[in-house]
Amino acid sequence: MLTVRKALTSTVGRKFIMGASGLLLVGFLFVHIATNLLLYAKTGESFNAAVARLWSLGSLVYLLELGLAALFASHIVVAITLKRGHREARPDSYRMSVSKGTVHNNPASRNMAVTGIILLVFLILHILQFRFGPGISEGYSVVINGKTERDLYRVVTEAFKNPIYVALYVAVMLFLGSHLRHGFWSAFQSLGVLAPRISKVIYALGFCLAFVLAAAFLFIPIWIYFDLGAGL
Amino acid sequence: MSKDLRNYKLVIWRQASPQEKGGFEQYQVDGISPDTSFLEMLDILNDRLIKQNIRPIEFDSDCREGICGACGCLVNGQAHGPRQKATTCQIYMRSFENGDTITVEPWRAKAFPVIRDLVVDRSSFDRIISAGGYISVKSAKHADANAMLIPKPDADQAFDYATCIGCGACVAACPNASASLFTGAKISQFTLMPQGRVEREKRVERMVDQMDREGFGGCTNIGECEASCPKGISISAIATMKAEYLKAALSGRTESNASDGAM
Repeated sequence: MLTVRKALTSTVGRKFIMGASGLLLVGFLFVHIATNLLLYAKTGESFNAAVARLWSLGSLVYLLELGLAALFASHIVVAITLKRGHREARPDSYRMSVSKGTVHNNPASRNMAVTGIILLVFLILHILQFRFGPGISEGYSVVINGKTERDLYRVVTEAFKNPIYVALYVAVMLFLGSHLRHGFWSAFQSLGVLAPRISKVIYALGFCLAFVLAAAFLFIPIWIYFDLGAGL
Repeated sequence: MSKDLRNYKLVIWRQASPQEKGGFEQYQVDGISPDTSFLEMLDILNDRLIKQNIRPIEFDSDCREGICGACGCLVNGQAHGPRQKATTCQIYMRSFENGDTITVEPWRAKAFPVIRDLVVDRSSFDRIISAGGYISVKSAKHADANAMLIPKPDADQAFDYATCIGCGACVAACPNASASLFTGAKISQFTLMPQGRVEREKRVERMVDQMDREGFGGCTNIGECEASCPKGISISAIATMKAEYLKAALSGRTESNASDGAM
């Protein structure tokens, strides 16, 4: 059907893909943080149990991973094609360019590509470090309900005893906050669901969401590094 | 007459033809009253240049009261200069301090090629309009103008979008040189009115197609267009355009599915 092809090629249609995939990825972040909040617990029991529960889904996990990979891929590939188009649209740049004053023109909105690339590089490193990190065969095992499971809690806590990883993760989460600060509201605007009345509400909600998500992720390495859970 | 006369240093883009490579030139303009408009100041400079046998600076202007959309250039990095909701012709020299350096550049976009100096070719806008920015009307007897009932809020909103003068400041100010605000305003003004509903789906498809074909960039929701628009048109027009595009794609009543291919 031609309309589908158009949705994939027009500037408006490609922004639908950006907005929809972006919002779905925000949904994923909520699922991710829901499990990660267990890292704030005093022991790794509940976290490891949650990880084991996820893996008990069996091959469905691989299907979910595939879906997630497709979401990331579409978000990234479409972003690259759009960015190329933006550059081509203004071959000669201005000698001087000054904002005329709008809340949406800020470092977060102007640097979506930069923060996006940082997040992509981080994502690869993050997956290699934890998803494909040491497992049962390397001795990172724990027995839950009589079954030997991967001790992911130990993998995480050991990683965050390294100050370099702590600094890196904290820094990247700030970029994540920046990306979501513009991205969340921008997705709604791109999908055309923003009436002027609710635009400000969504923009404010985007700030809260970016702040809460970034903060929740950001404090995990700090929490583990300084062993703040020990005092609980 | 004010005795307060001011001197300015102008840094202006000069380009003799579309083919030639342009560059910035400096001009000293002395003895300018703060009540002079920006374009009058350029007129004064041009008079002096002509007397010195230098080719005058080419710029567009027509009504010089902010309603025609002919004028427009980037003044000190801002489309239409420092004032909000104003065109270049509505800028006065009192906005600039004595001794200021003022940088003047043409709109920059692939779809707005420079013709000469500050004059750019904005016919890409005309082509977006001819792609679908119109309604079909019966050519028979004159209908009563008020025969069709239109809710007041819809009429007001449509009018707000219809205030677009097509100056191109939105494209000039956009970091992606996107024409989304212009196209969005034109689509929205028709969508809100019952008269515009007949060609609704085909219109948005055709106009967005044309916008892309002209080589404008996409919208990243920066909002600089809204801030630079001399008529203060809201980026809600862009959201409306996107919603219309999505609805059109889902309805199947688009240009690509039309058997006759005519509108």
